[in-house]
Amino acid sequence: MMAIPACAALALLVPKARFLPDDASLGRFGILVSGATLLVGLSAVTAFDFSHASRAQLAVNRAWEPSIGLRFHLGVDGISLPLVLLTALLTFLCFLYTRRHPPAGGRLRLFTALLLVLEIGMLGTFTALDLILFFVFFEVVLIPMFAVILLWGGPGRRAAATKFILYTLLGSGLLLAGMLLIAVNAGTLDMTELARRHGAGISHGVQVAGFLLMMLGFGVKAPMWPLHTWLPDAHTEAPTAGSVLLAGVLLKMGTYGLVRIAVPSAPDGARSCALWLGLLAVIGIVYGALACLAQTDLKRMIAYSSVGHMGFVLLGIATLTPVGINAALFGNIAHGLITGLLFFLAGSVKERYGTGDLERIGGGMLGTAPRLASFLTFAAVASLGLPGLAGFWGEMLALLGAYRPDAGLSRPAFVTFMAFGGLGAVLTAAYFLRLLSKITHGRPREDAEVIVAPSAYEYAAWVPLVALTLLVGLWPKTLLAVTSEPVRALFGGLG
Amino acid sequence: MIQGIDYVAILPPVLCAVAAVVVLLADAFDLPRRWLGVLTCGFLVAALAAVIALAAGERRRTFCVPSGLRDAGPRSCSYVTDDFTLLFQGLVLVAAVIVVLLSLRVIDADDLPAGEYHFLLLSAIVGALALVAARDLVTLVVALETLSLPVFALVGLRRQDGVAAEAALKLFLVSVVSTAVMLFGISLLYGVTGAMHLDRLSLGLHGLPADLKPVASAGAVLVLAGFAFKVAAVPFHFWAPDVYQGAPLPVAAFLSVVSKAAGFAGLAIVVGLGMPSYGHVWGPVIAALAAVTMTLGNLMALRQGTAIRLLAWSSVAQSGYMLAPLAVGERRLTEAVAATVAYVALYAVMNLGAFAVVVAVQKAGEAPVTLDGFRGLARRDPVSGTALAFFLICLAGLPPGVMGLFAKVVVFRAAVAGDVTWLAVVMAVNTVIGLYYYLAWAVRVFGPSGSSEEGTARPGPAVRAAIAATGAGALVLSAAPQLVLSAVTAATG
Repeated sequence: MMAIPACAALALLVPKARFLPDDASLGRFGILVSGATLLVGLSAVTAFDFSHASRAQLAVNRAWEPSIGLRFHLGVDGISLPLVLLTALLTFLCFLYTRRHPPAGGRLRLFTALLLVLEIGMLGTFTALDLILFFVFFEVVLIPMFAVILLWGGPGRRAAATKFILYTLLGSGLLLAGMLLIAVNAGTLDMTELARRHGAGISHGVQVAGFLLMMLGFGVKAPMWPLHTWLPDAHTEAPTAGSVLLAGVLLKMGTYGLVRIAVPSAPDGARSCALWLGLLAVIGIVYGALACLAQTDLKRMIAYSSVGHMGFVLLGIATLTPVGINAALFGNIAHGLITGLLFFLAGSVKERYGTGDLERIGGGMLGTAPRLASFLTFAAVASLGLPGLAGFWGEMLALLGAYRPDAGLSRPAFVTFMAFGGLGAVLTAAYFLRLLSKITHGRPREDAEVIVAPSAYEYAAWVPLVALTLLVGLWPKTLLAVTSEPVRALFGGLG
Repeated sequence: MIQGIDYVAILPPVLCAVAAVVVLLADAFDLPRRWLGVLTCGFLVAALAAVIALAAGERRRTFCVPSGLRDAGPRSCSYVTDDFTLLFQGLVLVAAVIVVLLSLRVIDADDLPAGEYHFLLLSAIVGALALVAARDLVTLVVALETLSLPVFALVGLRRQDGVAAEAALKLFLVSVVSTAVMLFGISLLYGVTGAMHLDRLSLGLHGLPADLKPVASAGAVLVLAGFAFKVAAVPFHFWAPDVYQGAPLPVAAFLSVVSKAAGFAGLAIVVGLGMPSYGHVWGPVIAALAAVTMTLGNLMALRQGTAIRLLAWSSVAQSGYMLAPLAVGERRLTEAVAATVAYVALYAVMNLGAFAVVVAVQKAGEAPVTLDGFRGLARRDPVSGTALAFFLICLAGLPPGVMGLFAKVVVFRAAVAGDVTWLAVVMAVNTVIGLYYYLAWAVRVFGPSGSSEEGTARPGPAVRAAIAATGAGALVLSAAPQLVLSAVTAATG
């Protein structure tokens, strides 16, 4: 039933066979495979029983390694379903985009294979219901992403790729220790079982230690300030498809893990650490916004904006309320859509102007490249959280959650967090408006060449994201209806 | 009193001992060297077949204390072929076959005396086989020395080479010191319990008067020294880099895999069977040793420029990971032993593979190949290059090297389950350091080649077979790591 990862795994083996001689057929093949995966994902939506969104559905559950209680257990519920779809969609769009705009550096066969392995890892992470299996998939994405940055990245790619993999591996190590600490004490590796128990039978100290380790581990991935320093480099140096997947999906693995594993399996520990998590999240919001104001490179700026946006997601989680967690899940999806779009656009800008430097791009893009500039304006406005677009709800709900945090948490602290988060939102508006005033408005440079209009493939990559941003922004219930029931179930033990 | 000996049980070491004599005689009668290698391989495979036959049959034990002398104590056999023993004997023999395959070309290239070489190698293997089956302290020490003594000579076989002589001397001195310390520990343990057999020792330690407990504790810690030397744990580690560099490469592979596996088996036997009740004493000692060993090994490996020294320090670091589960002490000891054994088994495959590729790349009679010498290997020789990168990723413990990942997972799990979470955190930091140098090496393999492309050493068919065998093993175990995990759990349970 869960044919998605299997499908992708088969797809991985096929490109290695020597039956796709040229790049064009390879590109078509990538589109076809990821499109098929997306279709399977969509059919999973139709098969999904929305009235029981909190239960893991479409599950595969087989014994794998009985001696350590390891099971091959996959499934989706309301929390993971939107992320699975997001992954499938973004990968598909990346292949569409790559078809006409291949990354500099050639070797498209390897690139396609790596992207497909990446997709397996991402889908697997979101569907795994066994801790070890989750960890394996969590690690699967590292080497492909490392290779993507290293082989097709910008000038500083070696340092960026090394930094990326070292940071994330440190996170994984701590994460493994934390997960096993909880699992050994609970006596099970099954995530649904762990979530059902709500940490019963695990002592307070163990929960705090376990949550702290997992918080650090997922925090590297999310990224949580001050563990974010790998992110700007990696995002800036990666090729467009790499940046899109990195920002759109890989970051979500961190916050998803917090919601799916850390909070439900160690609620006591979560309550003790929530204040710190909230504090770091708010620092991340403000820091990300301030850092953005100082950036001169387009991609780097979007990268720092991710730190800020993921700060809102983390703040939502830190409140430990259904509203906050819903906000976090919503923010995940919204950020995936909007930042994915932003990175696609940044890639197109870079391709046309040969640089990401704001000064050298100059102003007046609305005059020289009206369509590209319009899309950029839309994405920037969505990202700064204009009501009616996807970015708004995640931030608003997170702040709302912080206004009324879980009863066990210090309310004054969270209200302060909320105030600073609000300040961060204003700063976000400031830097995006600065961005727009710098490059879309104003007078074009005298020596500006003619800018090529967007190709059909670029439109194909952008339009679905724009449409979904509008859809989710105007009818947030489409998403909230899916996530809210499983979130309530998560809080069976907290409430 | 005449004791019955179960010759079937001791067949594997006996076969190897016979092989050692046969090879020496054959060399004296001027058999061509290539045949010596084949002969050795043949005997090793026969011994392996014997191990498999033993595994299929009932579990045997021999050299037991006769019933007349037993006075209601346990059976106290010195040589036991239980699942644990057979697993390790199988591991040692398979690894030994790979080492012999790797040796063929090196013997030709470096003009080593083939007869002596194979004789010494087989003698050391006899020691390793006996060590993993030994269940009393005297047999353990004798087996440990049988394993060590031939290795000194093996390391120094390149007689014209000053580095080799120095390495051999260094190994000898460290070994002698650690053996002396270990013997002192054994004498203390014997003094307080009056027992040499591990099952009796365990019982004796249980009912010890309070004033003798410090003596027993000191004995327990000192006994660890001998094994710490074998597995190259701090503070008995500093022989490793020089010896690996000075010795012929297959001998270094032997030291890092066969000898280390035997050392860990011995350690597990002693702490698991002999003194589980003193877990509160040796547990923290091993925890500290593990933490220091892995950290020092990894930090030093970062600074190495040649492949062999990097492998040497990284194998020191890997010893730290293997020691880590044993740090749990008495609590959940079987689980911990299973984790260590699983790690040793998986590590043997990956590390032998890495050594095999280094042997393939190393040119005869030249300075040890530097890491930069691996630049562009994936283009010159796609199979070896890809295999090496895969082994390195396995050693680093990342997918697609799933076997390395699972090795780490079981070790983490055992450490966390035994309440040494701090050690798991130290390990987490260490995996990052380890990843850095493994990855830097793997990236070089795929990078553009350096200037000296011509004159690449052609690995012979034997080395190719070794790479293929280890590569296939690594692939199979990455696809199905449960094979090792189940076998280990069954053997130690």
